Amino acid sequence: MTPRRRKRLTAVALLVLGVGTAAAITMTALQDNMLYFIAPSDIQTSELPPERNFRLGGLVEAGSIQRDPNSLAVVFTVTDGAHSVPVTYAGILPDLFREGQGVIAQGRLDENGMFQAREVLARHDETYMPPEVASALERAGAPHGVLE
Amino acid sequence: MIAELGQVFLSLALILALVLSTVPLYGAYKNRPALMAMAHTLVIGHFVFALAAYTALSIAFFNHDFTVTYVATNSNLLLPWYYRLSAVWGGHEGSLLLWILMLAGWMLLVSLLSRSLPRAFIARVLAVMGMISVGFLLFTLLTSNPFDRLIPGPLDGQDLNPLLQDPGMIFHPPLLYMGYVGFAVAFGFAIAGLLGGRVESQWVKWSRPWTLMAWAFLTVGIALGSWWAYYELGWGGWWFWDPVENASFIPWLIGTALIHSQAVTEKRGAFPAWTVLLAIAAFSMSLLGTFLVRSGVLTSVHAFANDPERGMFILGFMIVVTGGALVLYALRAPRIMTGKGFDFMSRETLLLLNNVFFAVSAAMVLLGTLYPLIIDMMGWGQISVGPPYFGAMFVLLMTPIVVLMPLGPFSRWGKDQLLRVVYPLLGSLALSLVAALIIVALLDAWSARAITGWMGGLWLILGSLHYLFDRKKTSRFGLPRHQLGMIMAHAGVGVFIIGVAMVESATYERDVRLTPSESVSIAGYEFTLQEVVSVKGQNWIADEARFAITKDGELVQEMAPQKRLYHRSGQTMTQVALRPGVFKDLYIAMGEELDAQSNAWSIRIHIKPFIRWIWGGALLLALGATLAATDRRYRLKQKQSASDGLSTSAASIT
Repeated sequence: MTPRRRKRLTAVALLVLGVGTAAAITMTALQDNMLYFIAPSDIQTSELPPERNFRLGGLVEAGSIQRDPNSLAVVFTVTDGAHSVPVTYAGILPDLFREGQGVIAQGRLDENGMFQAREVLARHDETYMPPEVASALERAGAPHGVLE
Repeated sequence: MIAELGQVFLSLALILALVLSTVPLYGAYKNRPALMAMAHTLVIGHFVFALAAYTALSIAFFNHDFTVTYVATNSNLLLPWYYRLSAVWGGHEGSLLLWILMLAGWMLLVSLLSRSLPRAFIARVLAVMGMISVGFLLFTLLTSNPFDRLIPGPLDGQDLNPLLQDPGMIFHPPLLYMGYVGFAVAFGFAIAGLLGGRVESQWVKWSRPWTLMAWAFLTVGIALGSWWAYYELGWGGWWFWDPVENASFIPWLIGTALIHSQAVTEKRGAFPAWTVLLAIAAFSMSLLGTFLVRSGVLTSVHAFANDPERGMFILGFMIVVTGGALVLYALRAPRIMTGKGFDFMSRETLLLLNNVFFAVSAAMVLLGTLYPLIIDMMGWGQISVGPPYFGAMFVLLMTPIVVLMPLGPFSRWGKDQLLRVVYPLLGSLALSLVAALIIVALLDAWSARAITGWMGGLWLILGSLHYLFDRKKTSRFGLPRHQLGMIMAHAGVGVFIIGVAMVESATYERDVRLTPSESVSIAGYEFTLQEVVSVKGQNWIADEARFAITKDGELVQEMAPQKRLYHRSGQTMTQVALRPGVFKDLYIAMGEELDAQSNAWSIRIHIKPFIRWIWGGALLLALGATLAATDRRYRLKQKQSASDGLSTSAASIT
């Protein structure tokens, strides 16, 4: 093997190694940070490990918002029409958070079946329904993502 | 009437673009100077009609012509005139029109400033850009016509999203688009280079200032978007790794790789094929960015399915542009582009590493952005990729860049020795490490992030300044602009890193419940809510919380965040109150009224250290690129290259 060839071979080998490592790290990071979207009806059947965070989406059930008078803690229910899940959150809710509106909460279930939200998202548009929520409602039997 | 006129103008622009994308190309192929020269006239006409169409839509907005569907959905009677004019690009159809206008503008500039380039070459560049314009004009006219009528028109329009009713939003999209579209110039040059079969270094040199300017616009556009998100969304964040942000960041990352690889190819003739590939990729990603964001695909794959016409057109157009370019590349690149070799320890290698890391970063962001779409399309469920993926990966990939960056300018082309490069920088290195520790101690911001951030940032700033003084001593004529620009940009990265490290490690954030006359103290500042009052604007009413901020008993600032309710749409909006500062921002946003009786509100208070440095760094990057782009070495000598042109255009047909 000529020195020139050997050099080229080393360079190629290093490149393959580098790209391989980068790909492996990237895929691991991707898997670790993947957040599944789960509708209230699917929680029972979900095989997600209990310590894993996920995104819960649906509508904020009418009349379900309860505030703690002395802090920012709030409890509300997220429903897809068929099932509902109680959610607790401490912090400032987004501008468009209100009863009957689509919402996505990120967090995980505690032992009592209460969803501990770390983050609550509602989109910045009155007419907009998060697509995941719309399809969750549809699957639960509410046509076109609208609850009657 | 005005809408019909606009449509006619657009159609005329399309006809000119069609001629432009064929005739000059044929002229270049057959070596007919008259046909090639037509390109310049056509480009002027194309620009005039694009401008006329754009003006027509602006007039429709200004005059509240609600019989135009696009106006009715994006404007209303209460909207002030300046937002009516910027509402032109508030939606999908109008932003396409803005895109077309900017493309026409760039083409005009290329035509005016590159008259001394070989005739055949510039004819090819303009023809390629003309093809892109054809695609966009067809897309607009066939699927997204902003001039569509709504008869009978409503008495009043819907609202422009209140989030967009903001000065930052007036400038953000146009600057971003200037960047996106600017990469079309680099793309055009690369394709023209492939078509003509010319030796590589020439056209790379010509396209460098254009690429630098496009990149500078994109940088400012992205920074402006980040700044807008910070003060407008009320969450106090400056970057969210949101798909829409990523869509603009991917072309930026590739563009960064491109301006560095262009330097190598121009100066040393090394990896020319890679440079062409990057130019194709940068523009393809710009296309992807524009379409993904504006077509609604990113928020949902269903948006794609809802409007299959648009979806198929986009897909088809991207296949033609990117696929066509890649086929041409595959056919031509191996034959005409053989790179010159270089030693392992050389400036070429350092710049190659820059390219590898930036290209991999772009791929990483692209993967994370498209992954949820792919999973959803496959029917494997709905997922999203959390910001930690992007954050961790990006820091990992950028660390080598930061470590190696100051070495670049000190290293020699072709062949060098590691010690010779590192040795003069040891002083800067030691100084930055020590200074970082001292500064962190003074700020009392002990954390791994802050320390490494300051070390990396200072290393870049001091290393760059070091080079500046070194060169000043040795060169008699002072530094040329392109080197000053590079130093400024590299130091800008340092400023940016310091900003990011401080914001991410030393921010105070508190969400509190406050009633009037209550106060809360954070990091030595006492925030007192004095009262909550009602105020009125032109098209909104608001609750305004009046705060007095004191430090050690002395009044620092009065601040008044608002919660606005927009009349027309009924949307509520958080208006943040800010006290900007070089070293820290005070930030107050109103949450919601918790209890009407006691007037209790949820309030978000942040103290953000060094956040201005993030955008300051980005501004330095853009200024540096502008400085480099305006260097005398890129100015074309009239006479000389004109005579060159004859011989080269003759040579390129063979």
